[in-house]
Amino acid sequence: MSYLISGESGDWEVVIGLEIHAQIVSQAKLFSGAATAFGAGPNTQVSLVDAAMPGMLPVINEYCVEQAVKTGLGLKAKINLHSVFERKNYFYADLPQGYQISQYAEPIVGEGTVVLDMPDGETRDIGIERLHMEQDAGKSLHDQDPKRTFIDLNRSGVALMEIVSKPDLRSPEEAGIYLRKIRSILRYLGTCDGNMEQGSMRADVNVSVRPAGSDALRTRTEIKNVNSVRFVMQAIEHEAERQVEAYEAGGEVVQETRLFDAAKNETRPMRAKEYAHDYRYFPDPDLLPLVLADEDVERIRKSLPELPDDKKARFVSDYGLSAYDAGVLVAERETADYFETAAKGRDAKQAANWVTGNLFGALNKAGKAIAESPVPPGALGGLLDLMADDTISGRMAKDVFDEMFETGKDPAAIVADKGLEQITDTGEIEAVVARIIAENPDQADDVRSGNDKAIGWFVGQVMKATQGKANPKMVNDLLREKLGG
Amino acid sequence: MSLDKDTVRKIAILARIRVPADALDGLSVELSNIIGWVEQLNEVDTEGVEPMTSVADMDWPRRDDEITDGGRAQDILANATDPEPAPGGKDGGGFFTVPKVVE
Repeated sequence: MSYLISGESGDWEVVIGLEIHAQIVSQAKLFSGAATAFGAGPNTQVSLVDAAMPGMLPVINEYCVEQAVKTGLGLKAKINLHSVFERKNYFYADLPQGYQISQYAEPIVGEGTVVLDMPDGETRDIGIERLHMEQDAGKSLHDQDPKRTFIDLNRSGVALMEIVSKPDLRSPEEAGIYLRKIRSILRYLGTCDGNMEQGSMRADVNVSVRPAGSDALRTRTEIKNVNSVRFVMQAIEHEAERQVEAYEAGGEVVQETRLFDAAKNETRPMRAKEYAHDYRYFPDPDLLPLVLADEDVERIRKSLPELPDDKKARFVSDYGLSAYDAGVLVAERETADYFETAAKGRDAKQAANWVTGNLFGALNKAGKAIAESPVPPGALGGLLDLMADDTISGRMAKDVFDEMFETGKDPAAIVADKGLEQITDTGEIEAVVARIIAENPDQADDVRSGNDKAIGWFVGQVMKATQGKANPKMVNDLLREKLGG
Repeated sequence: MSLDKDTVRKIAILARIRVPADALDGLSVELSNIIGWVEQLNEVDTEGVEPMTSVADMDWPRRDDEITDGGRAQDILANATDPEPAPGGKDGGGFFTVPKVVE
């Protein structure tokens, strides 16, 4: 199911690489003791280091280093025990130092691999080129004043990880799945909250095209700062088509930085800054090389939680779930935890169906995340128990669930209050069955003369007469017995 | 290695230093001299020698992940020209301002 763009000269393949900027979860910044929390008043979370006052010295936050190592291990990547911080030099109003402290020639994390679960059930291995740590810049607000740009340095100095993929992605869809997978891994690890709306995660997308079957890489363009999975996919689509059109019109693709305009659905070049890419990296003389001990890395490795791929494999082998259901359940750690609590000691497949079906449906409708679910996992488990011991039928359970979601009440209490217990007393059901048959001699004859489908009508009548409380299987069996269907 | 006039002009632009055209010749001589002087280090054979990153053999000081700073926007903005108070008032912080940057 390869993604190809058909042009006049033939089919074109798209080559995509992603650079994901992920904010490291920490209390304080990478090189200062100022806070990182989102939404504070402008410049209230700024130290003299972050404001680049003369004479200030950066001192590294050890926890941020551990978070980066943890992420590297989660990406099954090589951890470099020796890495170097360098200065990336450029001028911009929200970068008071005139340089960003970053890593260049010697990043803290080297090559790794991420496994993508494709919708057709196949998997795809995507290479990670590197992960490095760097400082975020401040924030410019261009729309507050007709003549001035406002600068807030609260973000200045916040620790980021840049995760660079190899150019292994071949379609907008793959890029979307890759971004979601990275987000899922980071959230499992607790190293980035993955909140794209607040800018905790954003991506630069490198795109080039080449005739299908060719191995050579052509000139790429870089689309900067794309902040949602959907926009990443749209940006790739539009940029790839633009490049194909350029080549087919006899033109060239220029290596440049572009912006994605979601409103106009197009990419366009950023204003060309002369020499903008001459960053003149050099090792930061304020900082020594970052040296890690093997024991530190091993200690962090031992602290890793179970990651989505392992959890998925366990859900398939231990609970007998399909690969697809397991994949859906493990995408978010909260969902996986919810499922495991609800499924504990119960029919796991049934629990999975209720979580991905009724619960997801209700949450979606209410616009709630699973952590805010009015039905806690234990209560859903209780509902499954009521079905398992025949207290209520599966049909009734759906109504009870809606009530639980609405009121937050316990399933057993709802069933008791409303008298919803299933009728499993043979005599009681038999009486109703006999009455309904007696009242409808024509339909009864119909069934007796071999119209098997008509028995469904009787089931419906009996259920109606018992307000849906009769055990459907017993009703069915009794009707067949009486009508010889 | 010697620097020509164009290279010196480019370095000046990158460093945001305005250099008059008639100063470029003199500067290229001076900068070339500095580079030539430093290049004498290339005469030393450093094959197999680890780069020395510090003259002192020291552990790099590291911080715990604790909030120990911030909450002083007025200090941060003390030297700013034309700061803009945040809508929330003085304690809500304030902005640096610069001539409008249009992207």
